[in-house]
Amino acid sequence: MTVADFQALSPLLVLAGGATVLMLQIAFVRSVSLTAALTVLTMALAALSCVHAAQIAPLQVTPLLQADSFALLFCVLFCIGGAATALLSQDYIRHHGDEPEEYFLLLMLSTLGACVLAYAVHVASLLLGLELLSVSLYALIAYPNKSILPLEAAAKYLVLSGAASATALFGFALLYAATGTLEFTALGQQLDNTQMGQSVLLVGAAMVFTGLGFKLSLVPFHLWTPDVYDGAPAPITGFLASVAKAAVFVALLRLFLDADLFRYRILVEITGFLAILSMLAGNLLALLQTNIKRMLAYSSIAHIGYLMIIFMACITSDNRNLASEAAAYYLVAYTATTIAAFGLLTLICAHQVERENVELHHISGLFWRQPLLGGLMLVAMLSLAGIPLTAGFVAKFYIFNAAVSGHNWVLLATLILGSGIGIYYYLRVVYYMTRRLEQHHVQPTVVVSWHAKALSCILIAGILLLGTMPQSLMAYLRSIL
Amino acid sequence: MSMVVLIGLLLVGGIAAWQLERIDANLPRWVALATVTLALLYLVSVIAEIPAESFKLTPDPGDGDSWLLHLKLAWIPRFGISLELAMDGLSLLLVILTLLLGLIAIASSWSEIDFKPGLFQANLLWTLAGVCGVFLAMDLFLFFTFWEVMLIPMYLLIAIWGHENRSYAAMKFFIFTQVSGLLMLLSIVILAWQGVATGGELSFSYFDLLGLHLDGRLAWIAMLGFFLAFTVKLPGFPFHTWLPDAHTQAPTAGSVLLAGILLKTGAYGLLRFCIPLFPEISMQFAPVAMGLGVAGVIYGAVLAFAQSDFKRLVAYSSVSHMGFVLLGLYAWNNLALQGAIMQMVAHGVSTAALFMMAGALQQRLHTRDMTRMGGLWQQAPRMGACAMFFAVASLGLPGLGNFVAEFLVLAGLFAVHPGFTAVAALGLITAAIYALWMMQQTFQGAPDEQRQMDDFHGREMLAMVAMILALLWLGLYPQPVLDLAQPVLDGLHGVVTPGEHLAQTMTAGTGQ
Repeated sequence: MTVADFQALSPLLVLAGGATVLMLQIAFVRSVSLTAALTVLTMALAALSCVHAAQIAPLQVTPLLQADSFALLFCVLFCIGGAATALLSQDYIRHHGDEPEEYFLLLMLSTLGACVLAYAVHVASLLLGLELLSVSLYALIAYPNKSILPLEAAAKYLVLSGAASATALFGFALLYAATGTLEFTALGQQLDNTQMGQSVLLVGAAMVFTGLGFKLSLVPFHLWTPDVYDGAPAPITGFLASVAKAAVFVALLRLFLDADLFRYRILVEITGFLAILSMLAGNLLALLQTNIKRMLAYSSIAHIGYLMIIFMACITSDNRNLASEAAAYYLVAYTATTIAAFGLLTLICAHQVERENVELHHISGLFWRQPLLGGLMLVAMLSLAGIPLTAGFVAKFYIFNAAVSGHNWVLLATLILGSGIGIYYYLRVVYYMTRRLEQHHVQPTVVVSWHAKALSCILIAGILLLGTMPQSLMAYLRSIL
Repeated sequence: MSMVVLIGLLLVGGIAAWQLERIDANLPRWVALATVTLALLYLVSVIAEIPAESFKLTPDPGDGDSWLLHLKLAWIPRFGISLELAMDGLSLLLVILTLLLGLIAIASSWSEIDFKPGLFQANLLWTLAGVCGVFLAMDLFLFFTFWEVMLIPMYLLIAIWGHENRSYAAMKFFIFTQVSGLLMLLSIVILAWQGVATGGELSFSYFDLLGLHLDGRLAWIAMLGFFLAFTVKLPGFPFHTWLPDAHTQAPTAGSVLLAGILLKTGAYGLLRFCIPLFPEISMQFAPVAMGLGVAGVIYGAVLAFAQSDFKRLVAYSSVSHMGFVLLGLYAWNNLALQGAIMQMVAHGVSTAALFMMAGALQQRLHTRDMTRMGGLWQQAPRMGACAMFFAVASLGLPGLGNFVAEFLVLAGLFAVHPGFTAVAALGLITAAIYALWMMQQTFQGAPDEQRQMDDFHGREMLAMVAMILALLWLGLYPQPVLDLAQPVLDGLHGVVTPGEHLAQTMTAGTGQ
């Protein structure tokens, strides 16, 4: 391996090195603040090293990993997401776990897994990244040991996610049997020459799609989502809903693009069908929730549905650049917004050890009690609902453009319908937050540490900036695609 | 830049009002009053600098530089989106109306709000800023942004300071406008990409998209997207169901803003965007739109008569009056269009006054139920006189603004569709029924002796007298308003010519 290879992989190396340092640190000194600081520092370093790596991109390092600007962009996003989660977790995990230091180690490892997924151009690296991400998440979900819910959620996630990984693995095995290769691009080329017939290919592709669809919690593979989101510690739920999903989506999109699976009309149409199901089911089920975490879980299903429109928009090849741009922008906006929404839940329930349910009435009058937190939630909800001047709107606008230019009318109609339903439950949160205090019992004020306050301000500013000044990111995305 | 300064002034004023609440609870309303006054003075100073003859020139709808003011700054070049604002006579008229009614709204809520008065005034000012943006934005993306963003402060006004059933009303208001807004967004995106398909650059500018040719089915989809968004806001029958709830539950200032100016954004959108962007399809669609207009006129009037809630009655009367606007716009001849514009202004003033009256009654009697009123004239003669004036204005008494407007609409419509004209004219009679019935229920009859009630104070009388003078002026000498809008209409006539079937009905109409 040359110096350039190392340079191209530097984000992964920094994260892996950081994990080792953390392990050593924990072995010698146990200190949550030190571990958290080191985690944030490492992730910041990894994000910075992406800039360094971008100078030599694109570069393929071994058949497994491809360091191009697309991968590096998402590495930056995942590192920032991981760092934000770490910052938010600090107070939370102190109250919920006995030995909180290893929590950060696991968080670092799952961020590493997400970054590997962004780099993956080979089935082996895809599975490696996927498992690194998932296995760390099993432990992270079960981490708080003072209540039973996280354990239940972790067990559920472990069993179902394991089954999904196995399904995907079997699908890849079938594809390998048919084509004799595991590289995305070669896989795509060999598909035409295979002797085994279309049915094996379709079954294989369907199994891969099922496995990854499970991780993305697409309907009908979504049944685990509300329970796991509900039971998992709030910061991890945010991580699971944003970074983990975005990573799997990036890998799936790259698989489709590199192997040119858009040739198989039926496969793409299945993605479109699942997108419609996800948009409708996610939004309708979210309507019925009074628990904010469960509501956000269903809303995340709906958002992945919106995102899946990209696959249908990619069918015509001259629309693919616009569609990938839209996907990238959507993922950035969605990650920021989701971390903001779950971050708020983390801050609210940092001191509730027994049950960490946040029902709608718990946030009554939040806007008046704690304007900063209320403002964060307001911006997050408006962004999820797709109101102009927020990141979520520009992202939705991107999808609109990609779908109109790809003539996906049915999907667009569902998108509008879904967004219409969505407004109701997002605005209900806003309504509860702005209720006057006299009407109900007073909720205790939550003490918020200075770094959480700073992070809230950064998130609000970020979401609004992405919504009002999107040009620089758009131009960058356009230049790398 | 002057238009940016105008909108920015309102936004900054809002922030100031919000924050100054910490110092003194009385400060925000003074700040709000000062901000809107300042904005008005600034607007006057800007207009004064424009040479008088340019108000008489016909602005070319396809070229912003021929308008009174035009500003274009790059915003999101990736999608050809720019910060493009332009002002012609029509937008000027509506911006002035917005700011004047803003003053009325502030006056009407002067002593009503105890809870977070700073944020209340801020939301009021932000709504005004959003509405001014809607009237000035000439980039469709920017227009959509203002269109949606003005909803949020309005939503908060209803949801936080509204009456007993506010959560339902606010939610319904928001969902109706938002879903129809998304349909409009879809139409906007379709239009922009159609521009690319016909060989242009991707652009969201009104001036680039005007005159674009779309294929039949796509054109219908795109036109309906715009039409729905604007008709929901107008509101046209059968998309009006959000309006009675929102108007009834909103605080007084919110009702004044909703009825006075937010409804006008729908009419403005139809006149500025929906019809000129899709001239042929719109003219084919005109009979349906006019049918909805007539239905709204009659249906709104009948429902108004059935109400016992003062505010609901006024709200349904708005549905009836805005039906005339829809009729006037789709009749698309000069008389009818003048009538529609006149109606936008006159209805804005008269309904704002009636909602202010309703708010004043509720503040004094703690009810809006008309069956619990009666004989109020004896206890509050000044209120009675004002209510009487605006009731007869609303029913279309000659000499007042609403009469001029409705007469012009009917006169213009007669040339196009005599049948609709005959039915719509019934709206004038039904209006007389509900308006007089309202007066009888509330101000006439035997008074309740136990009731103690204050009459209008100086501040309220000042606002009322201003609106009375405005309606008298609009009714007796409407020419300045018509002159201001006429060049715009001349320009639009160049873009949209009545369709063939309309020409046929015209000849058939005159033949009879």
